Amino acid sequence: MTTATLPETLASLRNDLLRFARLQLRDDATAEDAVQETMLAAIEAADKFAGQSQVKTWVFAILKHKIVDLIRKRTREPNTGSFDAEIAEDAFDALFNERQHWQPAERPSNWGDPHETVENKQFWEVFQICLDRLPPNTSRVFMMREFLEFETEEICKELSMTASNCWVVLHRARMALRLCLEGQWFQGKK
Amino acid sequence: MLSCKDATKLMSQSQDRKLSLMERISLRLHLMMCSGCRNFNEQMAFLRHASRRFVSAFKDPHE
Repeated sequence: MTTATLPETLASLRNDLLRFARLQLRDDATAEDAVQETMLAAIEAADKFAGQSQVKTWVFAILKHKIVDLIRKRTREPNTGSFDAEIAEDAFDALFNERQHWQPAERPSNWGDPHETVENKQFWEVFQICLDRLPPNTSRVFMMREFLEFETEEICKELSMTASNCWVVLHRARMALRLCLEGQWFQGKK
Repeated sequence: MLSCKDATKLMSQSQDRKLSLMERISLRLHLMMCSGCRNFNEQMAFLRHASRRFVSAFKDPHE
């Protein structure tokens, strides 16, 4: 990859970068900013990039850091709600009986062959719908963990949360996501 | 004896931290007896797998 063709490559990646940024930032203008800054940073650092085929991986790594910067800035804004209050502590109590075991109707089902599921295009539409239903801060923490693949300690540090707070938010995000997928996708498959 | 509710917390946290020996033992005992939680555990693994796949679809146009 020479610097002369990098702008073209970046231009061809723009839509993918934007979709990825929008997904996590949930705001078109902020996503645009993240992508602009990423493309600028990529051009400025082009001489440091020696690889031939992994331009996309490299640019996504830059974008990942831009996204985290923006998430960090946003969570420090005064009107940001707290993280663990978005999904109430008792939000999933109805799934369990008085002994805290699964209610018969709520017992998690067997989701079958995961490889088959991920090959189904419609599944990804449902996955996106379920992701969109997560409250904003919960969703950001989940995406930092599962999409950007940050360690929990890094997320805590970036967002000034305690480790146990982080685990609570991730747990509630997973509870909400699995419940949505169970209802919207897997139950209909039976 | 671990409740299902507590087991779900441990199964989620096992994605984020290394569980203690005691936690692993009590979870394993619980899973031996509880098919609902075994399915839940598979679902947690699936969420991780699906998330990785979801992201790679952005990075790799062939998927």
